[in-house]
Amino acid sequence: MASYEPVIGLEVHVELASKSKIFCPSTTAFGGDPNTHVCPVCLGLPGVLPVLNKQVVEFGIRAALALNCEIAHFCKFDRKNYYYPDLPKNYQISQYDLPLAFNGYILIEGENGPKKIGITRVHMEEDAGKLVHQGTISTTPYSLVDYNRTGVPLLEIVSEPDISSVEEAKSYLNKLKAIIQYTGVSDCKMEEGSLRCDANVSVRPVGSDRLGTKTEIKNMNSFRALQKALSYEIERQIEVLESGGEIVQETRTWDEGKGITLPMRSKEEAHDYRYFPEPDLVPLVISSSWVDSIRKSLPELPDERKERYVKEFDLPPYDAGVLTSSREVADYFEACVDLYPYPKVVSNWIMGDLARLLNAHNVEIENCPVKPRQLVAMLKLIDKNVISGKIGKTVLEEMFATGKDPDVIVEEKGLRQITDEGSIEPIIDQVIADNPKSVNDYRNGKEKALGFLVGQVMKATKGKANPAIVNQLLRKKLN
Amino acid sequence: MLLTIADVEHVALLSRLELTPEEKEMYRRQLAKILDYAAKLQELDTENIPPTAHVVPLQNVFREDEVGEHLPPEKVLANAPDREDNFFKVPRIL
Repeated sequence: MASYEPVIGLEVHVELASKSKIFCPSTTAFGGDPNTHVCPVCLGLPGVLPVLNKQVVEFGIRAALALNCEIAHFCKFDRKNYYYPDLPKNYQISQYDLPLAFNGYILIEGENGPKKIGITRVHMEEDAGKLVHQGTISTTPYSLVDYNRTGVPLLEIVSEPDISSVEEAKSYLNKLKAIIQYTGVSDCKMEEGSLRCDANVSVRPVGSDRLGTKTEIKNMNSFRALQKALSYEIERQIEVLESGGEIVQETRTWDEGKGITLPMRSKEEAHDYRYFPEPDLVPLVISSSWVDSIRKSLPELPDERKERYVKEFDLPPYDAGVLTSSREVADYFEACVDLYPYPKVVSNWIMGDLARLLNAHNVEIENCPVKPRQLVAMLKLIDKNVISGKIGKTVLEEMFATGKDPDVIVEEKGLRQITDEGSIEPIIDQVIADNPKSVNDYRNGKEKALGFLVGQVMKATKGKANPAIVNQLLRKKLN
Repeated sequence: MLLTIADVEHVALLSRLELTPEEKEMYRRQLAKILDYAAKLQELDTENIPPTAHVVPLQNVFREDEVGEHLPPEKVLANAPDREDNFFKVPRIL
C-alpha cells in the first residue's frame, strides 16, 4: 500500500455574489419558490438575447488576481452542448479555449512546509437548474425541475494535478475558500451549493513521473465528504492495481450514505460537448488599466494577514494561520485586540473555548451571540481577579447561551471569585480535617496530594475560590 | 465527403433523435452534401488569419448588475409539457 501515491487535481465551482444573473436581470437570491426567479432569457425562450453582467467579470477578475492568475486580454464565451432537463437551452454558456484567467497558484501548508498548488485556469459560466427527485435518481418515478439557479454566475477554478494527499486536498480547498471569501466575490457556502468541488484522482508508484489513469469524482458536498471520498477512491484504485486490474477512466459519484464511490451511468459518447463560440455574446477585451484598478482594490489576503499577525501581534504562526483562515474570524479577533491589547490571550480564547462553542452550536462567528466587546469585558474580569480563568469558561458559556454581558452573569449567578482569606480559611480547615490521608501524603513529600486538596477546596466553593490564594493558604497551614 | 451510418447515429444520439434505417440513409446523403459544400472553405489559405470569435465587430457589451422583473409562474409554466405545482415535470433521466 505504501508504494503508491495519489495524484489529485480539484475543479472548484464558486457562485459569484452578483445581485442578478450572469446574462439576465433575474435575481440570484438563494431559495425562493420554484421557478419564481426566472425570466425569458434564463429560461432559454426563443428570440432572447443574453447580455453579460459587468459585475460578474469584475468579480471573476478579482478572484483570479487573488489566486495569482494572469488575466486574459481577450476572452470569449462558448456553448457547451448537452441534453439534460436542468438546462433549458440544451447548452450551457461557458468558456472553452479562451478562459478569463490562467497560470495561477495558491500556497498551502504541505507535509514538508509551504507548497505551491498550480491553478490551470479560471473561467466564467452559468449554473444549471435543480432537479428534485423522490428518493434517489435511480428510483424516482419522474423528476421535477426548478430553474431558479439557472444562469447564476459561476467561476470554475481548475487546479493542476499538484495535490498529493487527501490532507493537501483539504488544505487547498480551505485556502481557496478563504481567499475567495476575503475578496468578497462569493460567500462560499458549501451547504447552499455556492462552493462545489469535483476531483480528478489517479494513483502511481511512488517515484514514478507517469500519471496513472484517472477517475473524476463528483457529488462531494462537504469537506468531510471530500476527505472520505478521496480516501476511498485512492484505496479502491490501489486495490484494483494490486490485484492486477486496470483503472477505467470514468466519472464516479460519491455515495454519502454508503461511503463509497460508484460509477455514474453515462451513455457512451455523452461527453461530446461540441463546443463552439457563443454567437449571442461578443468577445471580452480586458484592458490592463481595468485589471490594475481591480488589483488596487484587493483587500489584504490570508497569507499577508497571517504574516502581519506574526509580526504585529507576535503570535505563533499556527495561531496566525488559524485566525486568518477565515476573514470573519480574523475580523472578530482584531475587534477584540483593538479593545484589549493582549493578542495571545484573545487568540487562546477564540481558538479554544469560543471555537468549541461555535462548533457545538453550529454557529458562524459573524452570528456569535458573544460580541468582541463582551468577550473582552469577560477577559478584563479575569485580569481584575473578579473571576478565575476557570469560571471565565462558565461565564462565556452563559454569555453564548443568553447574549448577556459578563458582569451581569457574574452577579446573577454569584460567580464572583472569593479572594477574601477570612472566607477561604474555614473551608481549608474543613478540607484538611476531612482528608487526613492526603494531608499525610503531602507532609511525607507527595507534592501531588496538594493538588488534590486544592481541588477539594475549589469544589467546596464551586470553583469560586481564587486558586492562587487557596494554594498559598494550604501550604502555609500544612508546612 | 464520405459519411458513414455510424457518423449519423452518433450525431443522432447526441441530439436525442430516434431515426429509422431509411432516415439514417437519407440524412447520411444529405449531411454529406452539406459537408461537401462547407468544405469549400477549406480551399482558402487561413495561415495568417486569426480565428474569428464573433462576426459582429463589437466587444465588451455589458449590462449593469440590477435585478429586473421575473416572469409570473403561470407564464413560466405555460409551455411546460407537464407540471407539478410550480415545477416542470420531466421523465427521470439517468
